[in-house]
Amino acid sequence: MNETPKPQRCCDGREPSAGRHADLRIHGEASGPSGSAGTPKSARAGDDTARGAAGDRRGFLFGAGAALMGIGGLLAAIPIVGTLFAPARRGNPMRWTDLGPVDQFPAGTTRLATFTSPNAAPTDGETARDACWVRSLGDDRFQVFYVNCAHLGCPVRWFEQSRLFMCPCHGGVYYEDGSRASGPPPRGLFTHQWRVTNGRLEILAGLLPGLEEKT
Amino acid sequence: MGLLRRIRTWFEDRSGASALIGPVMTHRVPRSAKWWYVFGSATLMFFLIQIATGIMLATLYVPSAAEAYDSLRYIDEEVPFGWMVRAIHGWSSNAMVLMMLVHLSQVFLHGAYKYPRELTWMVGVLLMVCTLALAFTGQVMRFDQDAYWGLGIGASIVDRVPVFGNELRAIMLGGPIIAGATLSRFFALHVFVLPGLTIVLVGLHMMLILRHGISEMPKPGEVVDPATYKPAYEERIHRTGVPFFPDAARRDMVFCGLALLVMLGLAAWFGPFGPGGVPDPTIIDTNPRPDFFFLWIFAALALLPPAVETPLLIIGPPVLLLAMLLIPIMASRGERAPSRRPLVVVLFAVIVTGLVTLSWLGVTSPWSPQMDGWTSAPVPAEFVRGRTPLELQGATMIQFAQCRNCHSLGGLGGERGPALDRVATRLSWDQLVRQVQQGGGNMPAYGKTLTSAQTEAIVAFLATLRPDHVPASEIPGALEVSPGRDQPPMATPDAPEPARGFQ
Ligand code: FES
Repeated sequence: MNETPKPQRCCDGREPSAGRHADLRIHGEASGPSGSAGTPKSARAGDDTARGAAGDRRGFLFGAGAALMGIGGLLAAIPIVGTLFAPARRGNPMRWTDLGPVDQFPAGTTRLATFTSPNAAPTDGETARDACWVRSLGDDRFQVFYVNCAHLGCPVRWFEQSRLFMCPCHGGVYYEDGSRASGPPPRGLFTHQWRVTNGRLEILAGLLPGLEEKT
Repeated sequence: MGLLRRIRTWFEDRSGASALIGPVMTHRVPRSAKWWYVFGSATLMFFLIQIATGIMLATLYVPSAAEAYDSLRYIDEEVPFGWMVRAIHGWSSNAMVLMMLVHLSQVFLHGAYKYPRELTWMVGVLLMVCTLALAFTGQVMRFDQDAYWGLGIGASIVDRVPVFGNELRAIMLGGPIIAGATLSRFFALHVFVLPGLTIVLVGLHMMLILRHGISEMPKPGEVVDPATYKPAYEERIHRTGVPFFPDAARRDMVFCGLALLVMLGLAAWFGPFGPGGVPDPTIIDTNPRPDFFFLWIFAALALLPPAVETPLLIIGPPVLLLAMLLIPIMASRGERAPSRRPLVVVLFAVIVTGLVTLSWLGVTSPWSPQMDGWTSAPVPAEFVRGRTPLELQGATMIQFAQCRNCHSLGGLGGERGPALDRVATRLSWDQLVRQVQQGGGNMPAYGKTLTSAQTEAIVAFLATLRPDHVPASEIPGALEVSPGRDQPPMATPDAPEPARGFQ
């Protein structure tokens, strides 16, 4: 009973799909290798209905398979894509960061101050360190510049005598107040927000500056 | 013997290997495919060397920002053969980029991208992108100051993308700053993503080469016409072609062998690249430079006017890539011979000249201030001999105010501004004073920094450098009367300070 319909199904004129080769082999010997020739007439009479039902089932299985794969794929994609994009979604990375006692920055000087990035991870090594230029105007008034050139981020150097910042990469130059003097930078140096708490100078730090930010 | 043959027959039967490899090895190639055709194979060979040495380096390198630098030093100094593996990986990567560029040029000039090999070219263009991306991410693996600031430049460029700039940059860096997460991201790219992609694309490239056959040397008058090309090519290749192995492979083997030996020689002689200084952002006494294949971009960034820089940076690369991808679609038929495609040859010459010039400028980078020019470049003795105290004071001031970082004197010093030796033959005394105090034309204004007496001393010194027989008043553009050297014209002590600030 259960032998007759199977060869029919697999040999109804369509290409047997790859997954059904096993069927072909097992039952092929009983009913002959190429179906329709060896299939009894009576069985061929029910062909259409059998084909319809089987087609439905195949279509359903295919659809179910695709749906399952789709759902699974989407679920798997959440952590994968999530990890890739996570850094874009972290909240405000800026934190108040200590630069040391104010009297380290005598009035009229511009000095390099170093600090550890407030967002440092344990495996960051030296790259967790960061630096900024502190220009002290006296009376606890300051200007704190990023070391990064406003052009493309190279570290600018301060020259006390000419009172200029110069960039080693493409020749950007800034005046002592951070304003652009010459070269490719489209603007003056980026500045950190600063405050003095208990005699210590603090800045808002934690993000590489870039033109998109309004610093 | 019998056993060996039986093993072979068994393996052959079960694997079908010779049916698979046979046609690949013996596929017919045009007899005219001579030495021009070896560069693709050489690129592939260097890629295979990159895989082998790369795997070895992955067994030694620690992709952690805290340890990468030390692990590189350790590979160079302690691990047996370590320095040599690093040297080969570095030199072979340069060789791979170079061979890829020569191969690309050959295919472009010979019009080998035309029908039916359009897709082969497109895959090749993607391979070029992969190769350059591997080169850039590879420079990041050498986690030193150049790598750190190179990432900084990359991040600044990405940050300029409108709307999503910040987010894109965070995704690129793996966080708000260049740090451990950044190195890990680039490590994954360099070691998994890009090589995997490259392998797939190389496979596709080869498959397409087998499918369409290697193009013949272009002959003037032999026009590619999609209607007739394929049968004609098949026929010719059958009549006059030679099997790839061993006929054409001989040349590949000789060239690849030589190229390999040269590369190994360079690696052994010059050793590995870097690492340079520790990637510590608080060390600002650094002079970041990219590896040679990106020097032209570095130069362009210094020379582009600020107004067009951002649009060019953001729009340029995708447009360029798209143009390269579409070349074979826009010109899929017609002549292939360079002699019949003058426009293409001119375009090629312009691009190559531009890239070489920019790269050379990138090496010398005349726009960069020479940070130690003011302390290291001496003033030639004949420039100070017999000068008055005021003029000598000017010579000192030129050193002290870092003028030499951007201006040379006697051939030493920066090249950003004009040489000071003859500047007084172009500008009159007053013009010089104004230039120093108000700046302009890429020179900062020194009005705030120098007192008028100091400015005057500088100008007095510069005027002495004027060749005796060329008075400034006779020089076009320097018509204002120059005051005599003994009558300082301006800024008597009680005169008001000259206008300050130019901002
Ligand atoms: S990064 Fe400073 S001038 Fe380009």
